[in-house]
Amino acid sequence: MAIAKVVGMETEYGIVHRGAGESNPIAASSVLINAYVSDLARKVAWDFEDESPGNDARGFAREGTVAPEVETHLVNAVLTNGARYYVDHAHPEFSTPECADAMECVRFDKAGELVLKRSMEAAARVLPPGQSIVVYKNNSDRKGNSYGTHENYLVSRQTPFGRVVQHVMPHFVTRQLYCGAGKVGTEASSTGGLEVPFQLTQRADFFEEEVGLETTLKRPIVNTRDEPHADASKYRRLHVIVGDANLSEVANLLKVGVTSIVLCMIEDDWFGDRDFTLAAPVRTLRRVSYDLSLREPVEMADGRRMTALEIQWEYFDLARKYADDRGLECIGADVGAEVMRRWEAVLTGLESDPMELADQLDWVAKYRLVNGYRERHGLSWADHKLAAMDLQYHSLEAGRSLFDKVGMERLIPEASVVEAITEPPRGTRAYFRGKCLQRWGSSIAAANWDSLVFDLGGDPLRRVPMMEPLKGTASMVDTLLDGCDSPAELLERLGS
Amino acid sequence: MAEREQKKKQTTTRQAEEVDEAAPADSKQGDKIKAELDELLDEIDEVLEENAEDFVRSYVQKGGQ
Repeated sequence: MAIAKVVGMETEYGIVHRGAGESNPIAASSVLINAYVSDLARKVAWDFEDESPGNDARGFAREGTVAPEVETHLVNAVLTNGARYYVDHAHPEFSTPECADAMECVRFDKAGELVLKRSMEAAARVLPPGQSIVVYKNNSDRKGNSYGTHENYLVSRQTPFGRVVQHVMPHFVTRQLYCGAGKVGTEASSTGGLEVPFQLTQRADFFEEEVGLETTLKRPIVNTRDEPHADASKYRRLHVIVGDANLSEVANLLKVGVTSIVLCMIEDDWFGDRDFTLAAPVRTLRRVSYDLSLREPVEMADGRRMTALEIQWEYFDLARKYADDRGLECIGADVGAEVMRRWEAVLTGLESDPMELADQLDWVAKYRLVNGYRERHGLSWADHKLAAMDLQYHSLEAGRSLFDKVGMERLIPEASVVEAITEPPRGTRAYFRGKCLQRWGSSIAAANWDSLVFDLGGDPLRRVPMMEPLKGTASMVDTLLDGCDSPAELLERLGS
Repeated sequence: MAEREQKKKQTTTRQAEEVDEAAPADSKQGDKIKAELDELLDEIDEVLEENAEDFVRSYVQKGGQ
């Protein structure tokens, strides 16, 4: 049985410290986050006790591979919306709280952008005159350095991991058609002789392996980090590192929504003997990203040749049968229906004329703008102005963002995004985390995805475990929280 | 399902006919998109970083995840 797809997203932002001469990105990230956090009532430290990013879903030890480092000395805050905001690998990173469906995840990812924008304003107030910090929601500096946007999905531990790999791999390679954020040129050391004036994604150039544990070098299409932040006997957290940061809400909804549906289908063994295993996934990831015609066939392991779009249509047809037969409660029935409707519309648009999707997909919006400018001014694809436009598409600086100019369709009302920078989602344990921080932040010594640690003064620290992502929701704990005048009373009633 | 099959067949025919993928289909929709783009391109120079070459060269990030 498919389990409810609790989802979340982490984004490392690009950062520039203007007017500072030689600047240190770790220091700039710290200034940025501290400036934001110092405006808040109380900063809560992150608790690393249960962090084990080196564990591997394939079940073997991690000898010979590089386990990611946990940088405990850096700025690290938990916000009242249940999100985590911290410095990671020399970038400011925003992790959304756990969300009960894809639309909620899009809302909190947008709230993350707003937190970063407010952080830029707060930093400008504390920095010396003439200095400012600007962040970019992209995944590459165009010089071979990449930083990630990761998705996280709650998956049943009972589902064999090999089956997950088999069916998500073709999806990850082909979903680039609508999830890509677009890039002028390429950063790959070799393109096999292909000219790449523009490609669909930011990230395809940086993937070298099919399956593996790493996230910063030899990046794999399917990441095997096995760190569920939940009851490990029941759950996995599929950690997806192959996506781009999306500014487009439609692209973001499809990225998380379609992937959620595919994972439910895998859990319910819906593919049966339908197999879309690619002959060479890593090479194909790049070929799909480089193919602006969207029509070049790719080679399947069984010798067939299909286009990425045909593979997506096959997944869509399987998903429609799945939705008719089993329903989409596992990703939320209403959101599921919206994802299916938009998935079909986008595949249809990609088939007939991708440019009609310029108000829905990031890569199309960027391509149309950059190529339009190039044609008007008779520029070559190598012109610096086009590269600057590529970067500026992702700028969060007011007045410089090209994304703001392209008239992209919105799915989430702005007021709802503003609410999400302080209010937690109601449908997951993030609600309990966020509400406790709102009420009793000064009594919380540490917070983690799966626990809260209270400091009530004289007593030893008291830890409240939260191993079930779908417990601690508004409907489960609102009455409890409203009935407690103090954290001591809460702990007493929880019996911890 | 029948509808989907039908759509796929039509598409296959179209694929054979259409060579230039970047050309907007035809029609009013295409004209409207073109007009919006022209308007947008009129404004772009005001938004672009003054020295594109410096801006692009100095945008250097440490690798992350």
